[in-house]
Amino acid sequence: MTTPAETVRYPDGASVRIRVGSPAHHFRTPAYIQGHTGTVDALCGVFPNPETLAHGGDGLPRQPLYRIRLQQTDLWPDYAGDPADTLLVDVYQHWLEPA
Amino acid sequence: MTATHVVDHIHDEPMSEVALRSVAIEALLAEKGLLTDDEVRRQVNLMDGRTPADGARVVARAWVDAGFKARLLADSRSALAEMGIEIPAETPHLTVVENTDDVHNMVVCTLCSCYPRMLLGRPPDWYKSLAYRARAVRDPRGVMAEFGAAPPADAEVRVLDSTADLRYLVLPRRPAGTEGMSEEELAALVSRDSMIGVTDALAP
Repeated sequence: MTTPAETVRYPDGASVRIRVGSPAHHFRTPAYIQGHTGTVDALCGVFPNPETLAHGGDGLPRQPLYRIRLQQTDLWPDYAGDPADTLLVDVYQHWLEPA
Repeated sequence: MTATHVVDHIHDEPMSEVALRSVAIEALLAEKGLLTDDEVRRQVNLMDGRTPADGARVVARAWVDAGFKARLLADSRSALAEMGIEIPAETPHLTVVENTDDVHNMVVCTLCSCYPRMLLGRPPDWYKSLAYRARAVRDPRGVMAEFGAAPPADAEVRVLDSTADLRYLVLPRRPAGTEGMSEEELAALVSRDSMIGVTDALAP
């Protein structure tokens, strides 16, 4: 693909914070992870932005998509499982900021 | 209106509101040239043609062939092509994650119902329920206990929330006592739910 794409900004292992927001348009960053800090597990690819794609747009520039690793005990203060348990979730780059 | 679903749904009972809406949207997409009836037909046929038995064959192959397993975990599309299972380019990326003695994976889509349809077919209703989607991320061990998965002691439970362009399939642990079994016999132990991660593969 040669369509315009945002530059990949975060290496594997980078510490990132998931932005807080509730835009009026379609978005794919669930509320329960917003504001939490995790690490980049892997870059999944660079995909058309679903937020414009969902509204008749072209999804460009494409956005890097990362698999982000979060600790369950950080997400849920009353988490009942093992402290080592994790949650992996796919987040587009424009929802991330350095932590 | 020439939409595929109209043809599929000609019968005596009236269509539901949701079904009517999907027919209308499909007709509009075709009319505006965004999708052809043929593309819709092919996709519906593909999804209807795929069942958890396809996933089970893949898991059994991975259990008996370490090289295939490595290729499947690295690049599922080309590994599946070796088995004659085609994943069309327009469908989402499929990532296979392996359950081991150290990690137990479980898959959910909290936003909707993203599911590895290209390998397992349509998702079960419970997978799409609000209860599963809410509890899978908050209390995965409780959900697994209800379904029957028993992760090894000290294993990390890892929930995968497929929110975007990837779909996840769990490669369950091979059950003990299956050393002499054929690939076909092994495939019979691989349940749909074990490939979502809410159960383990069946005991022989």
